[in-house]
Amino acid sequence: MTPTPASSKPTPLVGLFVTCLVDLFRPSIGFAAIKLIEAGGARVEAPRAQTCCGQPAYNAGDRKDAASIARQVVAMFEPYDYVVAPSGSCAGMLRVHYPRLLADDPDCGPRAEALAAKSYELTAFLVRVLGVSAVDAAFAGSVTYHDSCSALRELGVREAPRRLLRSVQGLSLVELGDAETCCGFGGAFSVKSPDISTAILDAKIRDIADTGAHTVLAGDLGCLMQIAGRLARERESIEARHVAEVLAGMTEEPAIAASRQKR
Amino acid sequence: MDQPKHDFKQRAAQALGDTRLQKALQNVKRGFVEKRQAAKTKLPEFDRLREDARAIKDHTLSHLDLYLEAFERKVIESGGNVHYAPAAADARDIVLQLCQEVGAKLVTKGKSMVSEEIGLNAHLNAAKIEVVETDLGEYIVQLRGERPSHLIAPVIHLNRETIEADFRRAHQRLPYARRLDQPEHLVAEARAVLREKFLAADVGITGANLLIAETGSAVIVTNEGNGDLTATLPRTHIVVASIEKIVPTLEDAATILRLLARSATGQEITTYTTFLTGPRRDADPDGPLAYHVVLLDNGRSEMLGNEFADMLRCIRCGACLNHCPVYGAIGGHAYGTVYPGPMGAVLTPQLEGIDRARDLPNASSFCGRCEAVCPMDIPLPDMLRAWRERDFARGNPSRSERLLLKLWAYAAKRPRLYHALASFVARSLVRRGGPRGRLSHLPLAQSWTVTRDLPAPQGKTFHSLYARARKREARR
Repeated sequence: MTPTPASSKPTPLVGLFVTCLVDLFRPSIGFAAIKLIEAGGARVEAPRAQTCCGQPAYNAGDRKDAASIARQVVAMFEPYDYVVAPSGSCAGMLRVHYPRLLADDPDCGPRAEALAAKSYELTAFLVRVLGVSAVDAAFAGSVTYHDSCSALRELGVREAPRRLLRSVQGLSLVELGDAETCCGFGGAFSVKSPDISTAILDAKIRDIADTGAHTVLAGDLGCLMQIAGRLARERESIEARHVAEVLAGMTEEPAIAASRQKR
Repeated sequence: MDQPKHDFKQRAAQALGDTRLQKALQNVKRGFVEKRQAAKTKLPEFDRLREDARAIKDHTLSHLDLYLEAFERKVIESGGNVHYAPAAADARDIVLQLCQEVGAKLVTKGKSMVSEEIGLNAHLNAAKIEVVETDLGEYIVQLRGERPSHLIAPVIHLNRETIEADFRRAHQRLPYARRLDQPEHLVAEARAVLREKFLAADVGITGANLLIAETGSAVIVTNEGNGDLTATLPRTHIVVASIEKIVPTLEDAATILRLLARSATGQEITTYTTFLTGPRRDADPDGPLAYHVVLLDNGRSEMLGNEFADMLRCIRCGACLNHCPVYGAIGGHAYGTVYPGPMGAVLTPQLEGIDRARDLPNASSFCGRCEAVCPMDIPLPDMLRAWRERDFARGNPSRSERLLLKLWAYAAKRPRLYHALASFVARSLVRRGGPRGRLSHLPLAQSWTVTRDLPAPQGKTFHSLYARARKREARR
């Protein structure tokens, strides 16, 4: 890795926002994120008291619960120089939605603004803040990258993951057709309207298959569970992984929804 | 309008299984998305225009009463009349009365979503007045007894074969052996049929894409020229438009028109852009003898003061429909409303009440592409969420859904409890997933597993692994 040029500033301390999905389903993404942030020259901690960013409540119209969860997150991450999430969706919640959600709160409103300003999606943080331009990892074969809607449109993250992926030895990146289209996950939408969600997903799966890549990567575990879940159901041989696992060279765990037996 | 609660889910399921519809919907991507992108790329100042257009509308909406009065003065000065309609029923009645005053038997219509909103055709038909839609797409949906399935492409859900069958059924006095196997044949036939109607009509009704306060003009954009024939041939021309269509000046209208066609069809400008200002003047060779503008409120004034005010900037270009993955999957009719897609999901609850329309704001993955492509910078996802909030506050979601959410929120606010529960869930899912590493069936998550496997957790949760690692480090 290429860390930022040495400066007189002390090493920044990053609070890792693990995300509830990574905590429950795929801890390896969290550890990959830690490895990447440390290699980029920052210290990192994952505060134990974190749970979720509150999106399930926020997007269901339960503003009150969403706001109290947001206050909890705002307070918990105040001591850190930066907050980094291996997810565009959760980072977008912190960065874009918390200030709006807490706008009427005279105490927490300004603190939410401060949190928003220092919150980043992982790959954007590595590239934009730590100035990382290459990683020390190898991954053989062709991959395609799925942009999550929140990373792409809420946070404007498009180049960062691609730039880092291009530095991975042996990896060739094939761009996805219709890359700006949603995978149909949308949190609770995926279970409230499973048929519509799956119809949208199937178009995405066709585009993924059309790339000929054997692995699909993304920066959001929500999208990945949706995509991998359907790939597995349809017995497709394409694997799905979080981009952090590949960038950190931590791909010894089976791919998402893949068999745990030794192949 | 007279149906019970919209059965969105059932219609959506039907739409997903309709292979002909699914094929037709493929045209949205090719026909609209790519063309819009090309048009936008060719206009480097697109984003600046978007900011200007937003500012124009925001300014106008905050002084709407003043601009409406100015518009009315100008219409009267040019010899026309303005009628205010607080609700849909008022607008229908005003139009009917205007038609009856001139003894109208045949009315031609240009494309107008507002006329759909107020249910105008049925109202006039009930009074024994024949109404003929003259936009080709609208004409076809009228023959079929359907609603338009798209704001600007009413028959995007149909293919040529279906339309051929409709024409053979509707135009039975034409020889059966005639060729209708090319789109041009269909256009020519509709043109011939409609030409008679244009000439015979007593009243022409159009909508308005914009109303201009400075001049008292109504602007309509079409690609077929049918709007012009509807507006200028009959003795009476009635414009039916909602109050938020107003802009202060001609210059402002030009700004919005530059965005409208590009966002809608990817054209730089539509084939016809017509400015209609009052009835025929003494020196004019043609034009209507009487000119009326019916201004519809129908909930708009209320929106000016609530969280949906931004929606009043909408210019009905259809870009949000064209880029919406949900619309792309199910088409316009599944919404069961006059206005489909993201803009319809925001507007319909205002027009019909959230109790009837609650499924619509929920039918979104919040992918945000609608907002990104909206030429008027309308925060559609935020407003869909605002409807969900109103719905939640009314206690509308099902009891089980609320209970689940409340239990989850209770735990999410108590980290120790949350982590204990997460560990428990992880353990049981790992066990159920077994060596396959995934679950194909899970009783409490059937809505997921019906179409997708659920990836099993890797093992312990991140936080338990992380705590253990930290403890080990501390011991060293």
